[in-house]
Amino acid sequence: MKSRLMFGLLLLALAAPAAGEVIHQERSLYRDITVEQNGPRRCLIFNVHRGDRNQTCIDLNEPERLVFSYTRMSFAGLLLNSEPESILVAGLGGGSIPMTFSDLFPDARIDVIEIDPAVVSVAKDFFLFEETANMRVYVNDARVFIKRAGLEGRKYDYIVLDAFTGDYIPEHLLTREFLEEVRQILNPEGVLVANTFSTSRLYDHESVTYQRVWNEFYNFKLPTSGNRIIITRIGALPPRGDLTGAARRLAERVEKYDIPLLEYPARMSTRVDWDMSRRILTDQYSPGNLLRD
Amino acid sequence: MASVAFVSGFCIMTVEMLGARIMAPYFGGSVSVWGSIITVFMLALALGYLLGGRLSMRSPNALVFASFYVSAALFSLPIILFADAIMQPIFLAVEDARYGSLLASVVMFSVPTTLLGMISPYSVRLLVEREEHSGQMAGLLFFVSTIGSAAGTLGTSFYFVLWFEVNRILWGAVTALLIAAAIILVAGYMRGSLGLRVRGHEI
Repeated sequence: MKSRLMFGLLLLALAAPAAGEVIHQERSLYRDITVEQNGPRRCLIFNVHRGDRNQTCIDLNEPERLVFSYTRMSFAGLLLNSEPESILVAGLGGGSIPMTFSDLFPDARIDVIEIDPAVVSVAKDFFLFEETANMRVYVNDARVFIKRAGLEGRKYDYIVLDAFTGDYIPEHLLTREFLEEVRQILNPEGVLVANTFSTSRLYDHESVTYQRVWNEFYNFKLPTSGNRIIITRIGALPPRGDLTGAARRLAERVEKYDIPLLEYPARMSTRVDWDMSRRILTDQYSPGNLLRD
Repeated sequence: MASVAFVSGFCIMTVEMLGARIMAPYFGGSVSVWGSIITVFMLALALGYLLGGRLSMRSPNALVFASFYVSAALFSLPIILFADAIMQPIFLAVEDARYGSLLASVVMFSVPTTLLGMISPYSVRLLVEREEHSGQMAGLLFFVSTIGSAAGTLGTSFYFVLWFEVNRILWGAVTALLIAAAIILVAGYMRGSLGLRVRGHEI
């Protein structure tokens, strides 16, 4: 009897290696949200059951440190524009990206778009996210927000597209027409940073679509992350030497967030490593969720 | 007869599935956009059932029946040709995407869907020869058209969007409706062969 109990406990331990304690769980209109605490580390996990465990974490002892590679990578755009005065972040998650921006550039206007009101409250309740006089969250669809911003003539210096967390890919945020709308709200000196897919057929489709709208872009990948970050701007891309120079100037400022900016320029490539013959994604043709496998 | 009921069910769901795709660029992909579409389709179908049933009281015939298909095809054309022209001003005028998508759904989808809804009760009337068979006939028609709806939903969401552009799929639906109308007219012309009765009309 005792040995059976021990065996059961062992199984439990094996089934959930290093899993933390679930401190909050809710089913929102868009996804299942779980907040897990493991020592000082607190993680926001979408869709636990599916196993894709898209997550963002913070370290409660050092909340300004960015725990995940892709979150840090979102700041590589600083190499192209190091003093953004207006920032747009599509996709809130745990809020680490906007909070880091707010800490770095307290005078910049930061607009955050999040479609899921439940994510906004979880970010506030569990991830120390706070709106400030300069930083506001809009509960809206990114496409709708950006289209309206374009019509109203609002523009941004730094745009982060990070709306692809969780299970379902918003297909209307992958199309040529959407990227053209994003282009319209980017300042001539501004930079676009998009967190996209690095695996699956979608990689090729997405790459040719970005290429069509932006001509060229930096493809930014790190061995520590499964993500691919696209970084681009309206004009021609700067020579790599400029990136290295900017990295040297900025490295110290971003050190406390754990962003290894100096390593980034060598990882940003304009080399075409996708199948150029793939079909461009448009509002008429965007089967993103069917192209994932 | 069964085949045309299948076509109407198929087309209803094809257009409905594509509705979300068509509206996403203006109103986003939130749950409320789906809510708008489904609400409008349900209301339009409800109205269609009522009108179709009413019309079936007056000398039901194949010509009128075929005209439902033809007019549903014609009134689907604005979805293909003028979708942007319809949604742009609504997007500008209505700030709240929920009501924007609701209004756009009404404008684009209510008329063709109402017309497609008229088909079911009218086809029951055409097919029923004897009172005691009415339930069975109604059951058969609902069976076939609902199977068509299931096929339209699955085909569109699993395959068509992967193979074709949205407008190409819609043209396919329009063509299918017109072919169905042609089948009805031919069958009506051959009188009685498919249980269609043409009274007082020369075709």
